[in-house]
Amino acid sequence: MKKAHGLMLATTLLLSSLATACSSGGETAKPDANAGGAAAGGKTKLQFWTFNELHQKYFVSMAEAWNKAHPDKAIQLEASTLPFDDMHNKLLVALQSGTGAPDISDIEISKFPNYLKGTPQLAELNTVVEPELKNIVKSRVDIYSKDGKYYGIDYHVGASVIYYNKEMLDKAGVNPDSITTWDEFYEAGKKVVAATGKPMITFEATDPFSFWPMIAQQGSDITDKDGKVTLDNEKNIAVLQYMQKLVKEKIAIVAPGGFHHAEEYYGFMNKAGAASIAMPMWYMGRFTDYMPDLKGKLVIKPMPAWTKGGNRSVGMGGTGTAVTAQSKNKELAAEFLAFAKLSKEANIQIWKQLGFDPIRTEVWTAPELKEDNKFTQYFGKDIFDVMIEIKDEIGPINVNEKMPEVNDELKKTTLFKALNDMEDPAKVLKESADQLRK
Amino acid sequence: MKNHTVAIQAVEKKRSGSLAYNQRLAPYVFVAPFLITFILFFAYPVASTVLMSFQEVLPGQTKFIGFDNYKKLLNPTFYKAIANSAKYTVLTLLVLIPLPLVLAVFLNSTFMRGKNFFRSTLFVPALTSVVVAGTVFKLVFSELDSALANTFIGFFGIESQKWLGQSSTALLVLVLLATWRWLGVNIIYFLSGLQSIPTELYESADIDGANTWDKFVKITLPLLKPVTIYVLTISIYAGFAMFTESYMLYNGNRSPKDMGLTIVGYIYQQGLEKNNLGLGSAIGLTLLGITMFINLVQLKITGQFRKGD
Repeated sequence: MKKAHGLMLATTLLLSSLATACSSGGETAKPDANAGGAAAGGKTKLQFWTFNELHQKYFVSMAEAWNKAHPDKAIQLEASTLPFDDMHNKLLVALQSGTGAPDISDIEISKFPNYLKGTPQLAELNTVVEPELKNIVKSRVDIYSKDGKYYGIDYHVGASVIYYNKEMLDKAGVNPDSITTWDEFYEAGKKVVAATGKPMITFEATDPFSFWPMIAQQGSDITDKDGKVTLDNEKNIAVLQYMQKLVKEKIAIVAPGGFHHAEEYYGFMNKAGAASIAMPMWYMGRFTDYMPDLKGKLVIKPMPAWTKGGNRSVGMGGTGTAVTAQSKNKELAAEFLAFAKLSKEANIQIWKQLGFDPIRTEVWTAPELKEDNKFTQYFGKDIFDVMIEIKDEIGPINVNEKMPEVNDELKKTTLFKALNDMEDPAKVLKESADQLRK
Repeated sequence: MKNHTVAIQAVEKKRSGSLAYNQRLAPYVFVAPFLITFILFFAYPVASTVLMSFQEVLPGQTKFIGFDNYKKLLNPTFYKAIANSAKYTVLTLLVLIPLPLVLAVFLNSTFMRGKNFFRSTLFVPALTSVVVAGTVFKLVFSELDSALANTFIGFFGIESQKWLGQSSTALLVLVLLATWRWLGVNIIYFLSGLQSIPTELYESADIDGANTWDKFVKITLPLLKPVTIYVLTISIYAGFAMFTESYMLYNGNRSPKDMGLTIVGYIYQQGLEKNNLGLGSAIGLTLLGITMFINLVQLKITGQFRKGD
């Protein structure tokens, strides 16, 4: 009796431990009864998932505009915002299991390749994307393609720029326009540190948005076109050495909280914690929403180049919106998506509502982009002058199936070791790259 | 009697009557709900996990790849995850068995004041959600000088720590969180064990002149053995199954240098985040193997398999 009891106890407990392990994913796989496209009052129901509330608001407003423009093809958009990881995992499980996915969904760029593995469970968007290719920054749809088929459309270019705190630079007598290379940035940094006692810039140690733009602007990357790991190439080592040098000399510090989206970080920067931050254009919204005290004190400039006349920018980050293969109204969903992401009107709205640098280049000079809104009030009216200046220098990054893994390693290990633990950059890059190549 | 039955059968439909009153079928009907849920939510998932661990699972392109998933497991991240889970489990065992046992003895003592108050306050953390607790702990142990933990050690002149940025302190925070949360539950187990010890034993020990320590070591501890073994068993599996705590402390499973990665965290990362369900299944089964082995050894040593008494 006792023997049986003991065994029972052991097995039940162990099995339930396994169940716990599985349930972390299982819960998210609930199929949604609303998925599908039953017509409601003549309108076609379309479901939309995102991880960003602002994207949801934007899409709802575009659905209204669509219904006004196409009363014959009216839609009823059911948009929902889920936490970042939840949404991506839920969508992945839904696509994997063949049921429960929405019609349209946002997928963040570093996650996107996961959805293109095997036979992509997303609908091909070539019919709506191809006619617009000449009008948009092509790399912003290329990054969401596989074998010549487009599966996603981005919200923005994500041009990397640098935001200087003008007040602090003035104190040190530094003119931001005089900083054209990273060497000059280093010299200017010394002056700022001496004059203000505060660091010139902050670097991310647990996210890639400091390191990646700096390597990508010189044509280097973490993977090459074929998905081979290039993390430990010479350019990358030089960049990481440069970053470490700045941290060692206290010209730069690791962002409090580890990355530029930490709660601690917003508070720190809001109190003028550092004189500059290099982030893509889409970071503007974080200033307006989380760092109100810096209003009117910031200037947006192109990033310094590595050599005089070298490329200054690169398209960083992004979110591709995709139509799922499970949608019962794929064509309508794709048409609506094109309306909401590719049309001229949409691109103006993307700027007005989201503060993103739109992918349709012609709108950069449109008068609507100079109109008063919270971004122009915060940063001044000539935000897009910078964009136009660097227009031809915005390189792409390589997006392939290996990229998410390399990006993860970079975020978790490589940068932390080099910038926090101060290990030798060449060594940590080599170690990580070797590990990833296995 | 026989006539009576026949009469009833004549009134009812023959078939349904015989089925509904079938003595041989009835037990199966009663256990059916359990069996169905077991097969649907347990046996089937386990079986398909085993199957998937030998596959590369991709939409539309699933194929068998033999032991490749298990070969891939032999990597530093997996070892790190196992080491983390093992360290965490050992530390929680060291804290979460002796401490609640002693506290339970105090709470059970007749001399203790405010027993009910302490019983309920110690149990409250078990009722809070890990998500909430994890968020609060994350803020308490933030790296800023103004965080609660850093303010506290500041009183003793100790420098501010990056609690979640160093492996030793990260483990400490995780064990603290576990202790805070599970102490009350284990106290309840030990209390129920204590209350089932007959008071006569203590009375006769008193007559024989035993002191408090003797009574504790010679009566309380041996008689609590079954409860202790139970708590040990569930603590081992809870330790190895830990996930949510580290997930919350590290903004969704993203700890620098994997210092907070647990085995279940690794399943989540590979299986769900990276869309590699095959590898995820292989990790899950390895975890099952590890915990199964440890628990069987532990039950063997503690004598749970010995026949009779």
